[in-house]
Amino acid sequence: MKIVEAKNVVYEYIKRDEEGNVESIEKALDHMNLVVEPGQVIAILGQNGSGKSTFAKHLNALLLPSEGSVLIDGLNVEEERKLNAIRQRAGMVFQNPDNQIIAAVVQEDVGFGPENIGIPADEIWKRVEKSLRSVGMWKYRTHSPNKLSGGQKQRVAIAGVMAMEPKCVILDEATAMLDPNGRREVKDAIMDLNRRKGVTIIWITHFMEEVIDADYIYVMDAGKVVMEGTPHAIFSRVDELQEHRLDVPQITLLAHELKQAGMPLPDGILTIEELADALRK
Amino acid sequence: MSLILDHVSHWYSRDTAYEVKALDDVELTIGDGEFIGLIGHTGSGKSTLIQHLNGLLKADEGNIYYNGQDIYDKDFDLRELRTQVGMVFQYPEHQLFEETVFKDVCFGPKNQGLPEREMTLRAYEALKNVGLPEKCFEISPFALSGGQKRRAAIAGVLAMKPAVLILDEPTAGLDPRGRDEILDLIEEMHRHYGNTVILVSHSMEDVAKYVDRIIVMDGGRVRFDDAPREVFRHYRELEEIGLAAPQVTYFLHELSRRGIPVDTDATTVEEARDAILNYFGRAGRR
Ligand SMILES: Nc1ncnc2c1ncn2[C@@H]1O[C@H](COP(=O)(O)OP(=O)(O)OP(=O)(O)O)[C@@H](O)[C@H]1O
Ligand SMILES: Nc1ncnc2c1ncn2[C@@H]1O[C@H](COP(=O)(O)OP(=O)(O)O)[C@@H](O)[C@H]1O
Ligand SMILES: [Mg+2]
Ligand SMILES: [Mg+2]
Repeated sequence: MKIVEAKNVVYEYIKRDEEGNVESIEKALDHMNLVVEPGQVIAILGQNGSGKSTFAKHLNALLLPSEGSVLIDGLNVEEERKLNAIRQRAGMVFQNPDNQIIAAVVQEDVGFGPENIGIPADEIWKRVEKSLRSVGMWKYRTHSPNKLSGGQKQRVAIAGVMAMEPKCVILDEATAMLDPNGRREVKDAIMDLNRRKGVTIIWITHFMEEVIDADYIYVMDAGKVVMEGTPHAIFSRVDELQEHRLDVPQITLLAHELKQAGMPLPDGILTIEELADALRK
Repeated sequence: MSLILDHVSHWYSRDTAYEVKALDDVELTIGDGEFIGLIGHTGSGKSTLIQHLNGLLKADEGNIYYNGQDIYDKDFDLRELRTQVGMVFQYPEHQLFEETVFKDVCFGPKNQGLPEREMTLRAYEALKNVGLPEKCFEISPFALSGGQKRRAAIAGVLAMKPAVLILDEPTAGLDPRGRDEILDLIEEMHRHYGNTVILVSHSMEDVAKYVDRIIVMDGGRVRFDDAPREVFRHYRELEEIGLAAPQVTYFLHELSRRGIPVDTDATTVEEARDAILNYFGRAGRR
């Protein structure tokens, strides 16, 4: 069974005036199709306003499709009585950590989710410790979240989702506010979750380097998928990516520029090692 | 025109169990018209530091001088300071509150007491400059996507044409082209008006590309303060404090480790390309 199956999803934000008359309609998703196999690491790229967050919010029923359908692990997000089952399967980490942290103490915040679904206390504390350690925030466990800086808060939010041990984690620009080290720690923690527990990862980001080891990349524009493929294939299409206001990792760009200057290099070089090897030849 | 920080220290929750010394004896001189990058791991004190520069936070110890005047003097006009030192906050949505995007961008110029016409022109120009489509001008700022909100917040500060422009991670959440456009715009304004710019960023690549001077914070203290290529020479030490060098710099070090003696000081794609072409060009001719 697919973990995510989105078919022809249309979503419209409808703005109404005081009398309820429709003032404007913004079609944020326009026949979006996307299928994810369990255990995959999927990346979604796309320019600002292309519909990534709107799509992500469909995956745990924060938004429901105006047309088309979204199935999570076979469950239709529109079936209200399955809401808890859906939210337990698909955990979400957002761009802004401030809206995600609720409790007064870090460790309580991380334990909040598991407690809500009736996990026994000793198991909760095991999960809290493991999750906080994996994001490097264990030593802050008794701190108040609102006294942490932005990046520290974000790592707590990620720990909170990890403590739910969901089948699928959707990260909507979860690293946007982190320093290089924090970004690496979060990425490592998430990839570890994928490898050891087979958790499916859907990674939305504007950092091209972050997705070079994804299994598959979707590029969205104007509410639909406009490019898809492996990182190697996607990042070989430099000009096309730039047309969608995207970019390639810095190393790929350097290789591209060297090639244009006449050096014989293959397309789609992604890592420092690949480029160094290619230059050697 | 300058900003001088003289032995500035700041504590949060001082004298409680959660006491944090967020700034520790910071000494800095920011000269008129400098383009500065401020980097440091999360929690190193960057946001705390810049909030001192327009008087939003008050130093517990030390003094701050704006154009020679002590900003903590009784007769110093802090409100005036805030119109001259413009700040784009780390979380732009905290900065947006008016009914429409356009009104929001007008807020700053209005506070500066600019005439209606000038205010409208500036707001319009700023919104155009940050690349927000016109269909967004008259809607609520809360109906914008993340990146669009950030553009609106930046427009609001640009419209004030501040003498000192401080941006706290302004490109977080922008798509790659948007990131380049906003930074190009800031650079262009800097060249044109000679305003001082302080760019707080987690992107070593962006900092390397745009700024003339990098200030590195660590644990509330200034750790390095130098030109980008000097600072990134210390990439090992930067890693120890949660930072890094630009990717291309690592690549050049890798080449040099493999016995290809390229210039490892390059910090941008262009510089790296030239360093490599330079080496292989010469090797080819040999
Ligand atoms: N609450 C809302 N009300 C009305 N329109 C909205 C709302 N949220 C988003 N939109 C619009 O829907 C479109 C898609 O927005 P979405 O937030 O999904 O983009 P995104 O790809 O996540 O962008 P970003 O990279 O900036 O986060 C945009 O045109 C946006 O202005
Ligand atoms: N409002 C606050 N209350 C208490 N502590 C804070 C507050 N804001 C920041 N801190 C603490 O001060 C230190 C510096 O934080 P900050 O200036 O936000 O760092 P940066 O911007 O470099 O990430 C951190 O240890 C952080 O936890
Ligand atoms: Mg978004
Ligand atoms: Mg900060």
